[in-house]
Amino acid sequence: MSLGELYREIIMDHVRSPRGKGSIPTPDIRVGLDNPTCGDEVVVEARLDDDGRLGDVKFQGEGCTISMAAASMMTETVTGMTLDEALALASAFKRMLMGEADGADLGELEALSGVRQFPMRVKCASLSFTALEKGIQQAKEASPDGDQ
Amino acid sequence: MNALSIKARFPILQETVDGRPLVYLDSAASSQKPDAVVEAMRDYYVHDNANVYRGVYRLAARSTERYEAARARVAAFIGALPEELIFTRGSTESLNLVAWAWARQRLGPGDEILTTVAEHHSNLVPWQEVSRATGAELRFIDLTPEGEITEAAVKAAITPRTRLVAVHHASNVLGTLAPVKAIAAAAHRVGALVIVDGAQSVPHMAVDVKDLDVDFLAFSGHKMLGPMGIGGLYGKTALLREMGPFHTGGEMISHVDPTASTFKEPPQKFEAGTPNVAGAIVLAEAVGFLEEIGMSEIEAHDRALGEMAAERLREIPEVEVYGPRGPRTGVVSFNLEGLHPHDLATSLDSENIAVRAGHHCCQPLMHHLGAPSTARASFYLYNTEEDVDRLVEGVLAAREFFGHVLR
Repeated sequence: MSLGELYREIIMDHVRSPRGKGSIPTPDIRVGLDNPTCGDEVVVEARLDDDGRLGDVKFQGEGCTISMAAASMMTETVTGMTLDEALALASAFKRMLMGEADGADLGELEALSGVRQFPMRVKCASLSFTALEKGIQQAKEASPDGDQ
Repeated sequence: MNALSIKARFPILQETVDGRPLVYLDSAASSQKPDAVVEAMRDYYVHDNANVYRGVYRLAARSTERYEAARARVAAFIGALPEELIFTRGSTESLNLVAWAWARQRLGPGDEILTTVAEHHSNLVPWQEVSRATGAELRFIDLTPEGEITEAAVKAAITPRTRLVAVHHASNVLGTLAPVKAIAAAAHRVGALVIVDGAQSVPHMAVDVKDLDVDFLAFSGHKMLGPMGIGGLYGKTALLREMGPFHTGGEMISHVDPTASTFKEPPQKFEAGTPNVAGAIVLAEAVGFLEEIGMSEIEAHDRALGEMAAERLREIPEVEVYGPRGPRTGVVSFNLEGLHPHDLATSLDSENIAVRAGHHCCQPLMHHLGAPSTARASFYLYNTEEDVDRLVEGVLAAREFFGHVLR
């Protein structure tokens, strides 16, 4: 078991200079989640474009290197996606964390594949994605006839 | 005492990962088990397994006899009589037993329950729920900034309305000791009862319920070399007699009519259904192991390692150690500046060093200390000075590895 496999340089880079950290004044999506086993907290906010795509995605939170890097990568990766595309990505990302790789192209997020060797850290990596999924579900329920 | 020869009697501590032996520093969460304890479990199921009290055959008699002998042995370990010890699943169930069978029946508006923000959630949440259900007010003894309970703070918090004081004996986060004897005396002066969470003290020091004069004491078997799923609740005989039952059902009754029943005397009144017979018998074996080493020896050993670890970690400028200096159990909470304790724990795990990281089921205490979470190393009779060395080296290695992200 090597620390380098988990804490890859790209993850450290996101921790040093997080992307998408902050808040959105009047977000269309806002979900706060915490990880009860460690007290980590994350709030994910998003604004939807006129065409229903994720126009701007931001996160705030306190947590470990893995959860904060994952949140930072998440905001970059899902910006510009439709809600369904973002849900599909979240689902594929979680499958990768569980070691069920299915060839989906996860881009930069693949740097987090080392987490699968650390089962106790899977929740850290998936926290912000779970918050995003929840927010998207709520947005869809609020406007079922949306332009998705 | 020779920790190295004690360590040799714990099979799991002989196993290696990547050629390195396990440095187990999470005994405050659960202790490892010596060979004798593991064997006792097998021995019971191979030779003596049958349900207790019910059968008239010799095997059932043997099982019952061993179960009651275990009760006597574990009770004596905390200075209690056999009929004063109820076997439970552990501290959490013991505390809930008192919350349901005593507090919910006796408390109401105008009454006060006194506790602290340093309690494990298992000694806080039951009282929050009692407060909601009965209207009794939940109040808190002020802690020092470092998380200690002082006798002066106890005296200031107790009022004529105080009916129950629920406190820890030893903190699972800071390793500090509460002045339980003084708390009991102060509580009794106003007619209040005292329930003590002994989960972190009973495994690590000689605890005598008569000397402390507490009304209830909860403890967990798995933290004192015993198996999971067994623990105890001590209660004063008069209290246990006047209390109604907790769980109801088989074996706790004396007579059952279609619409009403009468109950056995304690402790059976509080042990509905088939108890954890194997667990109790194996816990007695664990108690025997602890007694063979000697509780005062174990207390001194754990404390010495805890103090050594705290001192050596304090020498690292980027490390903050929580809690006061001075007397403690072998529990040390700390943080490496700028690094989340999860990352520190994963880093230590890569060196095969097991520590806990998180809020330790003590979120209000974390808030009091101003730390969202901490790393925690906890020492027990099988830990050695070399384990402290490995811990300190591991923390230095984490500082090195994460150096470029630390601010």
